[in-house]
Amino acid sequence: MGFLPVLLWTDALFFLLLAIGVATIVHVRREAPLRAAWRRVGSRAGGMASAVILLAFLAIGFVDSLHLRPQLPVANGAAENAPVAYSSEVLSALDVLLAPLRTRVEKTYSAPFATELYARETVELPGGGQARIYPRLAWGGSHLGEATGERDADVARRIATGVAGAMEVWIAVAAILVVMLARRRGKGMGEAARALWRGEADLAWRAALVTLACVFVVVILAIKLAPYYHVFGTDKVGQDVLYLSLKSVRTALIIGTLTTLVMLPFAVALGIMAGYLGGWVDDVIQYVYTVLNAIPGVLLIAAAVLMMQVVIDTHPHWFSTAAERADARLLALCLILGITSWTGLCRLLRGETLKLRELEYVQAARAFGVGTSAILRRHVLPNVMHIVLIALVMDFSGLVLAEAVLSYVGIGVDPTTISFGTMINMARAELAREPAVWWSLMAAFAFMFVLVLSANLFADVVRDAFDPRRS
Amino acid sequence: MFAYVLRRLLYALPILIGVNLVTFALFFVVNSPDDMARMQLGVKRVTPEAIERWKVERGYDRPLFFNAGVQGRGQVTETIFFQKSLRMFAFDFGRADDGRDIAQEMRDRMGPSLALALPTFVLGLFASVTFALILVFFRASYLDFWGVVLCVAMMSISSLFYIIGGQWLVSKLWALVPISGYAPGLDAARFLVLPVAISVIAGVGSNARWYRTIFLEEISRDYVRTARAKGLSERVVLFRHVLKNAMIPILTGVVVVIPLLFMGSLLVESFFGIPGLGSYTIDAINAQDFAVVRAMVYIGSVLYIIGLILTDISYTLVDPRVRLE
Repeated sequence: MGFLPVLLWTDALFFLLLAIGVATIVHVRREAPLRAAWRRVGSRAGGMASAVILLAFLAIGFVDSLHLRPQLPVANGAAENAPVAYSSEVLSALDVLLAPLRTRVEKTYSAPFATELYARETVELPGGGQARIYPRLAWGGSHLGEATGERDADVARRIATGVAGAMEVWIAVAAILVVMLARRRGKGMGEAARALWRGEADLAWRAALVTLACVFVVVILAIKLAPYYHVFGTDKVGQDVLYLSLKSVRTALIIGTLTTLVMLPFAVALGIMAGYLGGWVDDVIQYVYTVLNAIPGVLLIAAAVLMMQVVIDTHPHWFSTAAERADARLLALCLILGITSWTGLCRLLRGETLKLRELEYVQAARAFGVGTSAILRRHVLPNVMHIVLIALVMDFSGLVLAEAVLSYVGIGVDPTTISFGTMINMARAELAREPAVWWSLMAAFAFMFVLVLSANLFADVVRDAFDPRRS
Repeated sequence: MFAYVLRRLLYALPILIGVNLVTFALFFVVNSPDDMARMQLGVKRVTPEAIERWKVERGYDRPLFFNAGVQGRGQVTETIFFQKSLRMFAFDFGRADDGRDIAQEMRDRMGPSLALALPTFVLGLFASVTFALILVFFRASYLDFWGVVLCVAMMSISSLFYIIGGQWLVSKLWALVPISGYAPGLDAARFLVLPVAISVIAGVGSNARWYRTIFLEEISRDYVRTARAKGLSERVVLFRHVLKNAMIPILTGVVVVIPLLFMGSLLVESFFGIPGLGSYTIDAINAQDFAVVRAMVYIGSVLYIIGLILTDISYTLVDPRVRLE
């Protein structure tokens, strides 16, 4: 089936960010000091382990950012040369991959691995009369047919084969890694494997492999189980909670990374200009960020989001699909969060530039008659980049948590965008039900916890490696 | 001292003007009052008369900056900018959509907000400093390592989880305290125990970790080595010398938030049904009551600026090396 690729604004910026990441890696490989700093990151077990988990999340976010509009089936009796029609629903590659999860919608709540609905329903019996029963799910455990008693055995068998499969894949990956390390070091295979296992390799490969094993087990178990059961249950409208959680990852990544990306040019340019030029430029820039800082962040965000909502609602003709509208709102939220958070970085960069300005090599450049813009670009900017990098990784986890709170308050992403915040918002009253529905909340919080925890650990390691005061 | 405070107050004036201009631009220039009216009344099927009535009710029917329709001083005063923005300097915020005076409402709601925020602040500071001190006392041991891991784990949990989970566990499962609500006077304690406890727990992770780094930085100073060389015990060094000196950065870091305590906490207040300024803001956001949000933005920045001035003054009080000139 054909499809029409769609490039949303956030997709474009996300890919731009990935391209910057790749360019950075190429750059780092050429520069010895940067290579050494990243080597310090890699030599820490926490750094490698959290990097593996973050990469797994990044992979989900990447696949979910490839958007397309599927071709509609040709209507019966349509002319031979009729133009191809595309669905107005924008899907992502992840939606296509997870089509079974997305489309297998139950009637309402069902517990994880359940084969029956969570609530009793009154049904007409075939022989007349009514009964209150737990109706059978349309999809959850449907391969079992009526033999729902065999569910536990079936799940156990699938878990066993899943773990075995994960181990096979893991052993293959570990073997490839050992071969690569052995060839690079010019040692024997056994020697390389022993060095790796004792943690004597210069990078913390052991931690990476152990984490990778966990990731494989989780992923392959999901592949083995999710097509047959609702692993995390279903929500009020019967949507699979695992699908919602996976879709939320992209929103969290976009908010966590794009916010810093969109504010970076302003913060860097204004920060180093204020620090280097001084005088009235410094006064003006300091005034601007003091004013923005003086407004409590949540209130500024609330005011700006309210106003942005008005703009989006009064200009419906700007957007051709609902996805584009939701995407515009997501990007606007990133911009607004960026406006409220650039002041901190700007102040740090100003302070650092004030110090750099007095250093000999900058004064020498000035004495040689190098222009101001060249000094800023060649001598100041590269020497404040570690602050930018630290800010980028340190802000990420806070932004992911902020998204959930803002969406909960109603000033976050569009209600149609799947995110941790909207998931929690929908499930806010479920614990008060009798009996309580806990799985949507737990799934959202668990995904968020793993993402934020690995981001926090990674940020700590990066800061330790790059902050000269800490080494 | 007096001259210094006066000068700081004068210096705060341009910042307030800036805040005022930013909010004015945000609320009246980005969108015209017509757009806002259409948004609130529903985009479709809205008559020009309804929009006009909406604008007259709120006083948004005037021109933005210059009213050519009237004579004399009215040309400047009969404008949105004068009526809605400049009057905020006199803490006159006009009326909310439900017809009540916003300034009066704010005064009424400061009490409950403070009743929640003040105990949270004091207990939170105490808990975090204590936890950080324990970690520093046992530094470079397993206790320290796992304590930091605990801090990082605690700060990775969404604050929503603490609130929803705590409310479910304590109020619903154990039925120890009411789920939500508020009562004036001493009776409020019953309603405040849980929100205060949850806020303290939610904040302890990141704060304790931050205070721990401050303590560790202080411990590597020369005066600590001197104190140890004199033969003082680790306990005395830590509590008499390090704690006192480390309180300088800690106190000056938290003084700035003290005035903001009046604003209350958005999340906790709305979850626990406490009629403070935080839940007022949330209600205003949900009802799209632009006047209330604008007033809260202004009040928030006034309190923040007061916090900055207090920070500068507190420097001189706790650190004799700093002299205000």
